Amino acid sequence: MSVLHFSKTVLKSLFGKPATLMYPVQVREYSDNTRGQIHFNGDDCILCGLCQKKCPAGAIKVSRDEQKWEINRFRCIACNYCSEVCPKKCLEMVNKYVTPRIAPDSVETFTSPYVPPSKKPAAEKGKTISA
Amino acid sequence: MPNRTIIPFGPQHPVLPEPIHLDLVLEDEKVVEALPSIGFVHRGLEKLVEKRDFLEYVFVAERICGICSFIHGMAYSQTVEEIMNIEIPERASYLRTIWGEYSRIHSHLLWLGLMADAFGFESLFMHSWRIRETILDMIEETTGGRVIFGTCKVGGVRKDISNDTLQGMVRKTLELEKEIREITEIFIKDFTVQKRLVGAGVLTKEEAYTLGTVGPTLRGSGVAQDARTLGYAAFKDLDFEPIVEKDGDSYARCVVRIREIFQSIDLIKQAAAKIPDGPIDVKVKGNPEGEFFTRIEQPRGEAIYYIKGSNSKYLDRVRVRTPTFANIPAMVKTLQGCDLADVPVLLLTIDPCISCTER
Ligand code: SF4
Ligand code: SF4
Repeated sequence: MSVLHFSKTVLKSLFGKPATLMYPVQVREYSDNTRGQIHFNGDDCILCGLCQKKCPAGAIKVSRDEQKWEINRFRCIACNYCSEVCPKKCLEMVNKYVTPRIAPDSVETFTSPYVPPSKKPAAEKGKTISA
Repeated sequence: MPNRTIIPFGPQHPVLPEPIHLDLVLEDEKVVEALPSIGFVHRGLEKLVEKRDFLEYVFVAERICGICSFIHGMAYSQTVEEIMNIEIPERASYLRTIWGEYSRIHSHLLWLGLMADAFGFESLFMHSWRIRETILDMIEETTGGRVIFGTCKVGGVRKDISNDTLQGMVRKTLELEKEIREITEIFIKDFTVQKRLVGAGVLTKEEAYTLGTVGPTLRGSGVAQDARTLGYAAFKDLDFEPIVEKDGDSYARCVVRIREIFQSIDLIKQAAAKIPDGPIDVKVKGNPEGEFFTRIEQPRGEAIYYIKGSNSKYLDRVRVRTPTFANIPAMVKTLQGCDLADVPVLLLTIDPCISCTER
């Protein structure tokens, strides 16, 4: 009879294990490849501003004068492009969920120990980076 | 003459979380006319091409649609590669094909679930999505994203899948095939499902053709047209035929999509057996100059990409014609003369994706 096609599935669902995870008792394991959030490893950063220039979402701001690297995690679309273009490989995509935040525009600020070699054209350089 | 009533349907409505509005002109319970209006979620993504350089824009192209995202990225990259005369490595073509077919499977499973939901078969909806989850997990393991893969780029792909992983994926998919068969049998054979779908919203072969429909909607009406037969990516080396059903009703469109899931599984199997070793990308030098027009088969039908560049980092124009846009006239046509209660089902049978229609 053509009305009982679902019975096999019904029985399986009745006696099988649940298909969903019992969160938060069981925590989901992310795969190694999962794009979660960008991790900034400031020690090697040379504040070149390439990541800021390439980020399609405009989530990163690099300020050479203030030695600051900022990311707005709500703008980030987790595309991983910045970590691909970074010449010093100091950006890394980690498979960790984005940390919750309260303010909608909150930026995470990091300071880099890097000091630009010459201090003379500082103003000019700042302009190129923020363009 | 019976009284006419106009029932507003949408932009927020019971079938799908997509903003399309219909003014349904009713005579008693029968729809005599349906007037669609869209434009609620325009995001200006085509204009954005003037602000993002052409290598970066692939991320934007991927976000045109939340379901067939990968194929959008692929269509964009393919078009730019044609303009710049870039020959991508064979392995990259195969990887694109494999990911593209996985995204077709997950899109069709999503649609089956939504369809079950629309005709009120909640448990079938959940089972379709349970299976889809396994596909999404496989996608996540290989690309890093679940629906936005982010692996396509101009000149190839960003990530490789090792041959072992690929074989494992194929094994898992073939196991999953049994489960998909079990669930889809219900769509095909169940009495209650047939009651809702057979004979609903008939679109004849001529109508489907003249209204310019594409994809499963067109193939459900008996026209064997599938852009994959053009042989882009690795499709030239794979063996497949467009899937066609004759009846042109909602049931036929449903069966086309079900059969396409199995076709995609078969294509993945073939591609995984044939995939050559080698590099996955080539270096892109220079800027695109010229224009090109690409046709590509998405889960919902044929999408068209037109790109024009004038030797600058920023392209002049990107134009996207999404399959849903081509299917809206057919949807309006099938709605004429249907019962009000059938509107959700008929609206869904074209598998509408309004957000990508508006971009
Ligand atoms: S993170 Fe990398 S790309 Fe960004 S400023 Fe630092 S060195 Fe340059
Ligand atoms: S992952 Fe993408 S969106 Fe996020 S900061 Fe990097 S480049 Fe920007």
